Amino acid sequence: MADLRVNIAGVDFANPLIAASGTFGFGREYQEFYPLSTLGGISCKGITLMERPGNPPPRIAETPSGMLNSVGLQNPGVDHFIEKDLPWLKQQGTVVIANIAGNTQQDYCRMADKLSASSVDLVELNISCPNVKQGGVQFGTSCQGVEEITSAVRKYCKKPLMVKLSPNVADIGEIAKAAEAGGADAISLINTLTGMRIDIRTRRPILHNNTGGLSGPAVFPVAVRMVWQAAQKVKVPVVGLGGISTWQDAVEMLLAGASALQIGTALFTDPYAPVKILDGLNRYLDENHIASVTELTGAVCPYGN
Amino acid sequence: MKYDVKQCKILRKREIAKGIFDVTVHSPEFAQAAQAGQFAHIYVPGKTLRRPISICGIDREKETLRFVYQIRGEGTQILAEQNEGDDLDILAPLGNGFQLGDPSRKAVLVGGGIGVPPLLGVAAAYGHNATAVLGFRSKDAVILQDDFAALGCAVRIATDDGTAGHHGVVTDCLQDLDFSVIYACGPMPMLKAVCRVARERGVECQISLEERMACGIGACLGCACKLHRDGKEFYGHVCKDGPVFPYQEVCLE
Repeated sequence: MADLRVNIAGVDFANPLIAASGTFGFGREYQEFYPLSTLGGISCKGITLMERPGNPPPRIAETPSGMLNSVGLQNPGVDHFIEKDLPWLKQQGTVVIANIAGNTQQDYCRMADKLSASSVDLVELNISCPNVKQGGVQFGTSCQGVEEITSAVRKYCKKPLMVKLSPNVADIGEIAKAAEAGGADAISLINTLTGMRIDIRTRRPILHNNTGGLSGPAVFPVAVRMVWQAAQKVKVPVVGLGGISTWQDAVEMLLAGASALQIGTALFTDPYAPVKILDGLNRYLDENHIASVTELTGAVCPYGN
Repeated sequence: MKYDVKQCKILRKREIAKGIFDVTVHSPEFAQAAQAGQFAHIYVPGKTLRRPISICGIDREKETLRFVYQIRGEGTQILAEQNEGDDLDILAPLGNGFQLGDPSRKAVLVGGGIGVPPLLGVAAAYGHNATAVLGFRSKDAVILQDDFAALGCAVRIATDDGTAGHHGVVTDCLQDLDFSVIYACGPMPMLKAVCRVARERGVECQISLEERMACGIGACLGCACKLHRDGKEFYGHVCKDGPVFPYQEVCLE
């Protein structure tokens, strides 16, 4: 059996599979299927300074090989997370990542401050949520915005800081560099691509928010490309996500430059997807006599054009 | 086991009305655990999202679950192409079912169209103490009439076009009935009308909702529905808080 351990920003993960934020809640629903220690880590549902009610329904629309969501960061707020969810999560034998989103820079900083005093293992800065009116992605679509928010949060964040990048940008490599320059210990990408569906009978968008975030296998090639481009521009580890649903996808994303992976939408198709991906990854490593999963990171051999 | 994913063999499949399929699957674990009004989240080959389908029948002795579903789009079309002998990949049993309470009460089961199937489990508990009031578009869309009758229920049919039973809506058929509890599932206008009746009569009423859904277990927060509890309005979720709700909790819009 190959060595599946990875280290991201100084944090040890038993394996490179992390549940992606927004698809896994705070973990409780999935422990019915398998112990959460099966996963290397859990990126919790995005939390905000105060409780958020979320967007009106419908919040979900299926698309070819994927889905749109516009949940709108419904969450009980950071204090509730620290008091009610974190203590339980910390007993599950997996790395706990707090995903934070704010309306203002001050919100982000206050949350980072609160979480610094908690037992959370890592903070994921969500500057890429397309489903809220204020904040979210507005911080994540310009290099200046990314560097500013990252360095501001960095001052308050005593935990390793991972910045989750939006794919809705012109040059992902430059955005990744901006996050690194701002003091990110790791970056994760991609968040969802903004999309829309319209009901041709009613002429209404399917989502009440009109637009939503596209995820699932449909975005996988975009994610691979962006991880590949970003990984070449930064020294910090890259956590790859976006449509990973099979072990082959996992290998591909690692080859593109990812040091760890997040699994999201695949959980909806099959809650056991992480278990199956881990099995397949293990077999692949053994069959190819690869001692450690870390050997795959960035091992793609691109054509020299 | 609260819920899990299992491969369940299709034992029987019939098209009981145009585009409406009646499927029985073998599943000892789910048949043991499931309650009337809960649902199953069924994997559709080639699709990202599962399809939430209400549980229509639970047979603990034969270790089977029964589903009656309608082709609504691509996903249910693919499901309808699965045949006897094939396995369905099912995540179940999910959500909160109907609170059956004391089945010696007089109950009325109000179903509209493809909202009728989950009420059959309530009929099994109430038998002759229940009247099933079932509404459909027209005669050729009528389903499960004989199943409700076989469980001892009085059955009243209403159709939009008058081709079977009462020409009109289901709530017309409630006026002369005496009952102390309503169980309802169907389209939103029907549910609103039923809730008005419940309010006027001051009787208990449980309604089953549907919403576009992703995870099915309460993690993704996709299937939001506006609820009020303790004077506070908030978005609950059909998959975990429902699909069955006391009517007073739901903000029908």
